[in-house]
Amino acid sequence: MAAVSSMRKMYGLCFHAVRQTAGRKASRLLQHRAFRVTAVHQQQPFDSSLEKPQFPGASAEFVDHLEFIQPNVISGIPIYRVMDRQGKIVNPSEDPQLSKETVLNFYQNMTLLNTMDRILYESQRQGRISFYMTNYGEEGTHVGSAAALDPNDLVFGQYREAGVLMYRGFPLDLFMAQCYANADDLGKGRQMPVHYGSRDLNFVTISSPLATQLPQAAGAAYAMKRENLNRAVICYFGEGAASEGDAHAGLNFSATLECPLIFFCRNNGYAISTPTSEQYRGDGIAARGPGYGMLSIRVDGNDVFAVYNATKEARRRAVAENQPFLIEAMTYRIGHHSTSDDSSAYRSVDEVNYWDKQDHPISRLRHYMTARGWWSEDDERSWRKQSRKTVMEAFERAEKRLKPNPELLFTDVYQEMTPNLDKQRESLWRHVQQYKEHYPLDLYDKYQH
Amino acid sequence: MAAAARFFSRRANFKLSLSAVGTGAHSSFGAALLKPSPNCNSRTKTQRRHAAHFTFQPDPVPTQYGEWFIFGEDVAFGGVFRCTVGLRDKYGKDRVFNTPLCEQGIVGFGIGAAVAGATAIAEIQFADYIYPAFDQIVNEAAKYRYRSGNLFDCGSLTIRAPWGCVGHGSLYHSQSPEAFFAHCPGIKVVIPRSPVQAKGLLLSCIADKNPCIFFEPKILYRAAVEQVPEEPYTIPLSQAEILQEGSDVTLVTWGTQIHVMKEVAAMAQEKLGVSCEVIDLQTILPWDTETICKSVVKTGRLLISHEAPITGGFAAEISSTVQEECFLNLEAPISRVCGYDTPFPHIFEPFYIPDKWKCFEAIKKMINY
Repeated sequence: MAAVSSMRKMYGLCFHAVRQTAGRKASRLLQHRAFRVTAVHQQQPFDSSLEKPQFPGASAEFVDHLEFIQPNVISGIPIYRVMDRQGKIVNPSEDPQLSKETVLNFYQNMTLLNTMDRILYESQRQGRISFYMTNYGEEGTHVGSAAALDPNDLVFGQYREAGVLMYRGFPLDLFMAQCYANADDLGKGRQMPVHYGSRDLNFVTISSPLATQLPQAAGAAYAMKRENLNRAVICYFGEGAASEGDAHAGLNFSATLECPLIFFCRNNGYAISTPTSEQYRGDGIAARGPGYGMLSIRVDGNDVFAVYNATKEARRRAVAENQPFLIEAMTYRIGHHSTSDDSSAYRSVDEVNYWDKQDHPISRLRHYMTARGWWSEDDERSWRKQSRKTVMEAFERAEKRLKPNPELLFTDVYQEMTPNLDKQRESLWRHVQQYKEHYPLDLYDKYQH
Repeated sequence: MAAAARFFSRRANFKLSLSAVGTGAHSSFGAALLKPSPNCNSRTKTQRRHAAHFTFQPDPVPTQYGEWFIFGEDVAFGGVFRCTVGLRDKYGKDRVFNTPLCEQGIVGFGIGAAVAGATAIAEIQFADYIYPAFDQIVNEAAKYRYRSGNLFDCGSLTIRAPWGCVGHGSLYHSQSPEAFFAHCPGIKVVIPRSPVQAKGLLLSCIADKNPCIFFEPKILYRAAVEQVPEEPYTIPLSQAEILQEGSDVTLVTWGTQIHVMKEVAAMAQEKLGVSCEVIDLQTILPWDTETICKSVVKTGRLLISHEAPITGGFAAEISSTVQEECFLNLEAPISRVCGYDTPFPHIFEPFYIPDKWKCFEAIKKMINY
């Protein structure tokens, strides 16, 4: 009883957020920018004559009986959804009522991503590219959130957000170029596959270290707040990365410095082989938000409309009120962690099959579409055929393309070429001229010096 | 108290006087009149700084930096070394603010702000506490431009941190971590020796289009006094400065140790008749190999000195490069006078530091080799 009320108090902020999301249609009218009252302002003025606590560190009442707050993980923060597993709208007032064109676009992006994943995964198996990571099962989190943002919003990702980039219009040729590290790669062939980036599409280049992007997203959002151009930042990360120290830093900084930022956690059940039961003991990631003074919500990540609604509202308020939001999208990683992983070593095929067959974001959206007569079996067949064809064509083009000029090994370390690097570049050039036959020069663009 | 007094006498008088380049050894003892640095226009009005702080005053408002802010622990009230005193009142709380106590957050936040186009000046309270940010600096800041194929960069990030021994700092308030960062392509590491250098080098770091770490010798915050020009000026990075020319031995160091070296040069001249060329490296990464090598070709002897432990210290890098480039010019093995391979001790500091007697002895050995 007491435990329940404590839990309610602790999650009070979260429930409030859920109610607020439900009432978002009314609050859409409030487009003007409001500034959030900080905790400092909510502190009562110091008055030692009162019997109330005067501690600067907490705004709370005294209590005279010893009681530990019981973290409740059995019934944790509820999961917001719009569609059931059969794609039927549960609460009609939550249906974003997107146009047929928009919904078809969602579907096509999700399935095109899926097709590209299959082909590139296979290409790694055949030794054509060195490495790949699929996005199976998480397409809904990518497309739902990407669609809710403005194209000028800056995206910081982890590595399993290719659908966000695809939704924004990154061409297949450039996905392939990065994976093949060929001369068309915007990244100039420097990183492993799936480390995409695009300045034009406001997608910051992926880096391998986990969670480093969280405090960076807070800094970028702060800079944007000062610019005052109605831009937000979204920061994606997995539930595993959320354990890193940088995650704590990013969450705390964004809250204290009042940044217009959406933290989007893809909780897909595994960090390589580590299940969530070994990653955290609390109620997932959403429950941490209130600890930072942050509005938080948990959503069904396989429900593209739920993801869309939550992200849209979070984005609107983050910019209007200059505060961060935390969205924990529950989903499931259907594929292996990467081509270097065989997940049958740590989970059952039955478990994976359940998600693939019974609760897949692509299937659920397709049911929604077919129920409205927007998508037929013929549409599905011809789209699958066409998307496979375009992916294969891009694949073949990328395969044929040469790798970048080896001179590019030495540039962009600094903005300018330094004397030291120039000497090293010269040294490699001379060395390769002498030992040409031992270097795979025919795979590369002409080694110009 | 007595120990501190002995320490200060060994370290000598810090009323710095900058000699113009080329005028030879110039004793710094008891110098009353301070000469302006050769880099600044002597006709410009100069003003004596408030009693010795590397106070960061971007005055007039530097529009060439665009959107900028300075942040870190305790930056808002003026900073534990008073480097940001008055800035919040002058420029507003949006530009001069405290962050939570988290170095990895401070640097990560700074990187992100720079990526979004702002000029971010991050303060780490002591260089000894920079290590939680090591991942962000080495794996992120340094590699941002390279790994993105120049689509993104955090060049407008500057990290500042108090550095070096201070008399009583012990393990965690005395460190000189430049060697850890010297091993990291993509960042710049800069260490000034005096107020005039501090302003010029700091402004260069801020303007530089690469992420920079600027280590500020904390003992000099109070001890060093100079006439610093009011208007902005820059001192080029990656250029070592020859403070006095000499013909017998090249002495290379940076930061606080420069003042020790100048005394050593005077001692060597007086007691041994040895003419020393004193060089301030200034930028540790990328470092000016040309100036150092040219000097060693001339003198044939090299002494490098730093407070940081000798093994893997930056003197090792200089030594290795110089022996590669100047092998046949060397009259004696290259000498390194550095801290011992121990953590920085508290009560034993007078014995630990590479003082002028140790440097003097090293010169004697090189001359008599």
